[in-house]
Amino acid sequence: MMRLIPNHTSQIKRAKEISFRFDGQTIKAHQGETILVALMGNGIKHLRDAPVDVKPRGAFCCIGLCQECVVKVDGQLVESCRKIATDGLVVQSLRQ
Amino acid sequence: MIKTCDVAIIGAGPAGANAGIMAASQGCRTIIIDEQAKAGGQIWRAKSAAIKSAPNTPETIDGDRLRASIDASNVTHIANARVWQIERELEKWVLRLIINGRSEKIVSKVLILATGAREYVQPTPGWTLPGVIGLAGATALIKQDLVIPGKKIVVSGTGPLIFYVASEIRRLGGEVSAIVTPNSPVDWMYAIPSMFSRPELLWRGFVWVADLLLSGTPIFWRNVIKQIDGETKVQSVTVSKVNNDWSPLDQKRLIEADSVCIGYGLQAATETSQLSGIDLKHQPELGGWVPEVWENGETAIDGLFVCGDGTGIRGAAAAEIHGKLVGLSAAEIITSNVNFPRSALLTSFRRASRFGMAMTALSIPRKGLQKLTTDKTIMCRCESLRRCDIEHQMEAGAATINAIKSGSRAGMGPCGGKYCQTAIAKLIAEKEHRTEAEIIPPTPRPPLRPVPASELSGEFEYTDLPIPKPAPL
Repeated sequence: MMRLIPNHTSQIKRAKEISFRFDGQTIKAHQGETILVALMGNGIKHLRDAPVDVKPRGAFCCIGLCQECVVKVDGQLVESCRKIATDGLVVQSLRQ
Repeated sequence: MIKTCDVAIIGAGPAGANAGIMAASQGCRTIIIDEQAKAGGQIWRAKSAAIKSAPNTPETIDGDRLRASIDASNVTHIANARVWQIERELEKWVLRLIINGRSEKIVSKVLILATGAREYVQPTPGWTLPGVIGLAGATALIKQDLVIPGKKIVVSGTGPLIFYVASEIRRLGGEVSAIVTPNSPVDWMYAIPSMFSRPELLWRGFVWVADLLLSGTPIFWRNVIKQIDGETKVQSVTVSKVNNDWSPLDQKRLIEADSVCIGYGLQAATETSQLSGIDLKHQPELGGWVPEVWENGETAIDGLFVCGDGTGIRGAAAAEIHGKLVGLSAAEIITSNVNFPRSALLTSFRRASRFGMAMTALSIPRKGLQKLTTDKTIMCRCESLRRCDIEHQMEAGAATINAIKSGSRAGMGPCGGKYCQTAIAKLIAEKEHRTEAEIIPPTPRPPLRPVPASELSGEFEYTDLPIPKPAPL
């Protein structure tokens, strides 16, 4: 099929792979990407449960404003869309 | 640590960066503070370290050019820094910021606010499901890490951003299940004359749409997403035709999807302006509430300027030129020998604004869109408050956003009201038969961004706490 917008996937070179833990699961990531991007690449979107109705939530604004993608790293709440994933990092979701 | 300078600028997008470069070129000691790792703002967001190499796009080219100009200038660019408080002390501006968890203070003679825009999303049933992201959020993922949010993506909303996002999803190997927009081809036809001022952008838009049509991607004009279906993730979207004021009609269509990118236009991010004491005015043609600012960026407050989309949505091209103009205005406060011809800049600013405002006109939500927010739809995401909960407050007498906030906590959650207050304002206007211009925005409160509690309290040991001797019995 004719395309006016070429598919660039084969021309994108990504950094070396690292891995971290998310709720006990091993997640592969490229060095330098955010926790959110790595989780998304592994098909994980449900990051926490909302207060009051306890319904599933995930990233929404992806630029550090909405706080929907917050996860726990070293006991601190961090925005997964801004926190860079590093090798061996232990990340916990806020799912109940 | 405390840093002092002549001109401090919040935001390193097209407006802020150019303001800084211009001010520095006139001899001002200039600091630009930005929350991203690299300059460029949302429009020219830089690739992350995870991308070793990738084909260039118009955005990466413009962004790299901007970043090179900052490097070549005398501007001090403080990256990964979030300003959370702005104060006026002894005729100087005091900014408090957090950099990698540490606290810093910047004191400057002049302050330029270049905080850009934020996106409006009309609360819609299912919009809180994981897998639903903002259109602007999608552009961030695409530009920074060259990733897309799913495998079968529905792109929905108003204005040109939907076509950009859909086209980028295809460039990155993804599948766009459908494009859903309440705009009609006729709306676009009316915008074309204003777009001739930027023929290269008009052509680019034409290629996006032609490619989508060639690929057989369905484009549902005059349609909206009425509901996003799924229990723990997105499974499908329910789409419905709209009438002229964008009220959804009854007839429905189901589209399978695993993710949704949705947005209904941009609005000026006004929190820093409000916190600095600038009055707001309602200008729907610029996206809604905007700070009171003259064309040269001056405000009623001494030593305070605003530039770019933070003064109203005119787009990146206009922001770039506006930044230069405002950088010059700010430099005039510091030095008396500013010598730079401004009339050509003003002319090109006005021309670029015409293009940007035509895009804003396409993006502005019409009244009927509010009907997407049903009784049980969550409006305040942070506190899980539904429309009926907000209406309950109104029935009890709350007629302002501040009153609703006090009564229900809507807008008091971690996002600071950024994603609910406009929708709530629209709801109040509708229920009280008033115009949106009559619904005053809520009072902004620091912190502008979440701050770790340790930064507010400072470091101390428990044993350092002074404990007074007990009073004698």
